[in-house]
Amino acid sequence: MNSDKRTAGFWFLAAFFALFVLFLYGPMFVIVVLSFQGPEGGLTFPLRGVSLHWFYKLAEGLGVVDIGTALRRSLGLGLAVMAFTVVLSVLAGLAFRKKLAGANTLFFVVVASLIMPSIIVSLGIGLEFRLLDTGIKKVLEVFGMTGTLEGYGTALGLFTSALGAHLTWTLPFGLLIMFAVFNRFNPAYEEAARDLGATPWQGFRHVVLPLIAPSVVGIGMFGFTLSWDEIARTSQAIGDVNTLPLELQGLTTTVTTPSIYALGTVTTVVSLLVMALALGLAWWLDRRQKKGTR
Amino acid sequence: MSTPTASLPSPAPAPAPGRSLAAWWQAMPLTTVFVLFFLIPLALILMVSFWDFNEYELLPGFTLKNYFSIFEGCGNTSDLCVTFKTYLSTFKFSFLVWLITLVTGFAVSYFLAFHVRSQGVQTLLFVLCTIPFWTSNVIRMISWVPLLGRNGLVNQSLAGLGVVNQPIEWLLFSDFSVVLAFVHLYTMFMIVPIFNSMMRIDRNLIEAASDSGASAWQTLWNVIVPLSRTGIIIGSIFVITIVMGDFVTIGVMGGQQIASIGKIIQVQTSYLQFPLAAANAVILLALVLMIIWALTRMVDIRKEL
Repeated sequence: MNSDKRTAGFWFLAAFFALFVLFLYGPMFVIVVLSFQGPEGGLTFPLRGVSLHWFYKLAEGLGVVDIGTALRRSLGLGLAVMAFTVVLSVLAGLAFRKKLAGANTLFFVVVASLIMPSIIVSLGIGLEFRLLDTGIKKVLEVFGMTGTLEGYGTALGLFTSALGAHLTWTLPFGLLIMFAVFNRFNPAYEEAARDLGATPWQGFRHVVLPLIAPSVVGIGMFGFTLSWDEIARTSQAIGDVNTLPLELQGLTTTVTTPSIYALGTVTTVVSLLVMALALGLAWWLDRRQKKGTR
Repeated sequence: MSTPTASLPSPAPAPAPGRSLAAWWQAMPLTTVFVLFFLIPLALILMVSFWDFNEYELLPGFTLKNYFSIFEGCGNTSDLCVTFKTYLSTFKFSFLVWLITLVTGFAVSYFLAFHVRSQGVQTLLFVLCTIPFWTSNVIRMISWVPLLGRNGLVNQSLAGLGVVNQPIEWLLFSDFSVVLAFVHLYTMFMIVPIFNSMMRIDRNLIEAASDSGASAWQTLWNVIVPLSRTGIIIGSIFVITIVMGDFVTIGVMGGQQIASIGKIIQVQTSYLQFPLAAANAVILLALVLMIIWALTRMVDIRKEL
């Protein structure tokens, strides 16, 4: 394996790898190309002209679906999930470095959430909020607050149940990244700061945070992109409103024009932009921090 | 970027006294989220699976009605009941997808870990494999339509070459397309943990094996596979649990024609039959836990040998 001559095995595996990458990216590339078709274009090849026609169609809306609203909802939820994922993962990551009673149990629960079939989590959260609705309505009835009762819809929503559902999916990733980060973290820096009289907060703010900043940006990216594309955990847990991926899933059976490919291109571009931004930011923070220590 | 598989960090060296209270406060928000949105919902599923229901509300109580209705007709040996048929089909998909993603994921990881020599190239190729994971699953599913459809690229090419007279119908909205989409979507879940395990293998062991006269295959089978075991098991758990509970991929790629347990649960909730859906979820969960238990046993048993 360490000989200098490439073996037949190498070439076979290299070809296999190349095919695998083609398999991963090929179909995606096809729909990006097809989304730029002319007005005559259909769902398959050949390409009929080149235009932005289907993107304009998309902006006008697809049937009864309001793409713009769904997009804003997904963006808002994604940003909220990102913020919570970052803060909660970093806090918990710090906690796991210390003596924490029940650390193993908590770790087990987090991992269980990661491998739990999403439909089960989603159903459970949906049920929880429906039972909560029943409870709230009972309470309102008992206190005779009929006005509030009539106005009351449901506790299910974007920033209640759906946010919680997304966090059960993004936080395990965030926490595992924090573990990986603190596994390689040298506590000597912190001890030095403490010896110099830094308070725990100062130690965190000026020593730990700059060192882990690139990974924290990574956690934010995980949080946003996982939420942005999430369907299974949202499906039963969101109530009457829909996020963009949910609308998209519904559209697969009804829309038969390339505008669905245009929507695919748009959401993919957003995902890739967020990733590029995060990677760029992480790289910049890493470089800045290295400059500082040199 | 760090890979999302890591072990528990080793406990910090001699934590300062009084710090455990701070740790408790720091772990509090995350714990709250998992209690509110994971543990309580699971407990409620178990509870509601024993409830009764009518068209518009849940009726608290204790009944085994939901479980009985799921297995209705399953005592009949000549003809399989709907539930068993659905589980069989779900198992079939799980097994096929597991096998294909395992072989593919292992080969890709092996190539990256042992054949690519430059660390920069290695990282680059690894990231290349993981990028598609961050884009929408539904988009990646429908991206197969222009290729596999009745007038898709595959059929056009085959017709052009004169291989077939009529378009092949089973390419899309079939078992084939479902498995293909699963492999496309989730091979990453095999690659990341297996690659992670392989990178931890001491390269001296491989040299020792070849010095002792082991062939490449013998080294692969007797050294690398056993040492990648943890990654293989983690990847297998991911892939199997995803396929067992899936309803989106099977729905979109099966043309809404193929049943799965996840799909049954989803349909039942859309008709507000929550207790039935909950009972199905409990059975699915029990099965998934049994599979995970069996898989993790496999690790421990071999470790003891």
